[in-house]
Amino acid sequence: MVPVDHYLWLSLALFTIGVIGVLTRRNVIIILMSIELILNAVNINLVAFSHMFGSVDGQVFAIFIITDAAAEAAVGLGIILAFFRNRETLLADEMDMLKW
Amino acid sequence: MNAQPYFLDHIWLIPLFPLATAAVMLFFGRRLSNQIVSWLCSGSVFVSFIFSVGAFFQLIAKPSGERVATKILFEWIPAGTYHMLDGRIAKFIADWGFQIDPLSCVMILIVTGVGFLIHVYSTGYMAHEGGYYRFFGYLNLFMFSMLMLVLANNLLLLFVGWEGVGTCSYLLIGFYFHKKSASDAGKKAFIVNRVGDAGFLLGIFLTSALLGTIRFVEIGPALAAGGFAIGDPRITAIALLFFVGATGKSAQIPLYVWLPDAMEGPTPVSALIHAATMVTAGVYMVTRTNAIYQLSPKAMGVVALTGAITALFAASMGVVQNDIKKVLAYSTVSQLGYMFLACGVGAFTAGIFHLMTHAFFKGLLFLAAGSVIHAVSGEQDMRKMGALSKKIPVTYWTMLIAALAIAGIFPFAGFISKDLILGKAYEKDALLWAIGYFTAGMTAFYMFRLIFMTFHGTSRVDHEAEHHIHESPKSMLVPLLILAVLSIVGGWLSWPEIFGGNSHFIHFLSTVVAVPHEARMEPVKGPSSAHGELFLMVLSEGLVILGILFAWFLYVKRTDLPQKIARSFGGFYRLVYNKYYVDQLYDALFVNRAKDLGLALGAFDRNVIDGVGVNGAGWLTRAVSKLSIWWDTWIVDGSVRLGARIVWIFSYPVRLIQDGLVQSYMLLIVIGLIGFFGYYFYMAHHAIH
Repeated sequence: MVPVDHYLWLSLALFTIGVIGVLTRRNVIIILMSIELILNAVNINLVAFSHMFGSVDGQVFAIFIITDAAAEAAVGLGIILAFFRNRETLLADEMDMLKW
Repeated sequence: MNAQPYFLDHIWLIPLFPLATAAVMLFFGRRLSNQIVSWLCSGSVFVSFIFSVGAFFQLIAKPSGERVATKILFEWIPAGTYHMLDGRIAKFIADWGFQIDPLSCVMILIVTGVGFLIHVYSTGYMAHEGGYYRFFGYLNLFMFSMLMLVLANNLLLLFVGWEGVGTCSYLLIGFYFHKKSASDAGKKAFIVNRVGDAGFLLGIFLTSALLGTIRFVEIGPALAAGGFAIGDPRITAIALLFFVGATGKSAQIPLYVWLPDAMEGPTPVSALIHAATMVTAGVYMVTRTNAIYQLSPKAMGVVALTGAITALFAASMGVVQNDIKKVLAYSTVSQLGYMFLACGVGAFTAGIFHLMTHAFFKGLLFLAAGSVIHAVSGEQDMRKMGALSKKIPVTYWTMLIAALAIAGIFPFAGFISKDLILGKAYEKDALLWAIGYFTAGMTAFYMFRLIFMTFHGTSRVDHEAEHHIHESPKSMLVPLLILAVLSIVGGWLSWPEIFGGNSHFIHFLSTVVAVPHEARMEPVKGPSSAHGELFLMVLSEGLVILGILFAWFLYVKRTDLPQKIARSFGGFYRLVYNKYYVDQLYDALFVNRAKDLGLALGAFDRNVIDGVGVNGAGWLTRAVSKLSIWWDTWIVDGSVRLGARIVWIFSYPVRLIQDGLVQSYMLLIVIGLIGFFGYYFYMAHHAIH
């Protein structure tokens, strides 16, 4: 039986890698992938606590998040595609139109 | 003035008939057929002629002292009162009034009579021309103006007719307006006449200021009442100003240059306007105002000398012309010179008499020349004519009669009127007579040069035209025949007393000429006896016959001689052939100077009016608006932008955060979260302890 804090350390590592990926990588697709990492870190947390408390609620929540991640990937990739067609770039530091 | 006989009371109708048809031509002419146009336009002139004849008979029915009738229709210009030169106050009266006396009676008979014949002639001559109704409309408008001119009872109304005939002359010279030379000639005639008209108008002003009236019947009494001495400079000024007008209209030196060019118009126009009627308006005007001239021997001398020199000068140019109409044009200028010579020596009635006979034979010469031109398909150069006498006999015989008349062969009309003038000139001054005498010889020479070159010798007509030579239609020949008869018998109206005549015509006119108080006592020089007069006549007849024989010798017998003579007198011939370079001289002295003035004014316009005025105002506006822009940009906008700039400066740190990059936002979120959680855990830690 693996103690729950191991899961938490794994989850923390994954989450940290995801956040660093989101903050540092220039390619939007990699940022998207990093977001998946963050979501999966959360999933690990949920499943670990679900097992610890013997309640199925957390696992249901994890299933929802996986579904949500798939939908998010589809929409995110769609936005990236549309953006690339307009601006011919995938680099996040060139996407500075939010300040206007 | 009350209860005048019908025609004398209705003289104002005479100009109205042609005016009415001219108006019809203007408004409806395009829609009328040529036949209707001919009938209407010739008919109205004929009605005027009938009225003129009626007026003539009712006028001679009166005793000779009362032969003047005035008909005032209405007051034309009610201008009020003005100060005369001597300070008196006079009322300015210019009425729309008509006056008939022997002088205007003779003139309306000539104008309507010869005018009618020329209208009839034109129906044949212009039959194949475009603008038929336009031609007749102008012709009738001319008749109206000319009749106004000779029937007016005051100077200003005369001036209306004077300008009217000038306008019609311009319109008719430029009738073939698509031809540049024709439209140029029209303009030249109009502009040269303006010069004279300016003088005439000034003369009218001065008359009005000096005499207080412009009515003809009042001028004589006003002169007497004013007590003007003979040779009064103010009277001389008026007379000379009038004469400036006359030199323009009647083509005398120095304003004669337009008349030869006026031959660009159709030939009937040359006959009517530039031979028979309009160009004689100056002679009419001088005669009409003879009361003024008689008071100024100096002005009379100027008139006589100008007339004599013009007669000689124009005749010399006529000798070398090759265009048949140009010869006749210079001949007209020369004959008008005779008329002024007559007026200048005080023989006003002789001048008017010559005016009448000249209207007959010069009108005939032009019409016959038109018939010749018609026959040879429009050729006007006499070097391309010759031997036409058999082919167009009626034209030939009528033209020969006219030539004999103008040359002054006894007993044709020209002989009587010309010798009357020469006789009077001799009484005054032998030099004037000598010039006139010599001119008479030249006249005979150039007229018979024309006759021989056109009708005799060998034919030099182009082959093409040779086949088409034909006699003109009846409508053209009948006027020729009538005028030919008049050219013979016209002079008999004043059959000289030495041949048992009684000078009817001269006596008829004599009431018009004021007899100056001193002239009556002036001793008559020269041929006081009948023998002297007869001697002069024989002398001039001899010269005329010599001239004709000389022409025959040069242009029939020895046709090679003229060119040899021209060559041996090369320089002089060229001088005369080129009309003494007067046109070039005028171009250099006046025309080009006027153009220079125009160019200078144009430059002034461009540089000063447009440059300083318009462009300057534009520049000023631009400068002011630049200042305004500066104010707007730097002060008004500047204050707005200063506020914006202040906000911008203070917003600088805030703006740094919002760089638009998702990742930096993300970073801020992460930092915020860490800070938040850090605080939370710190507080929780404290709470535990």
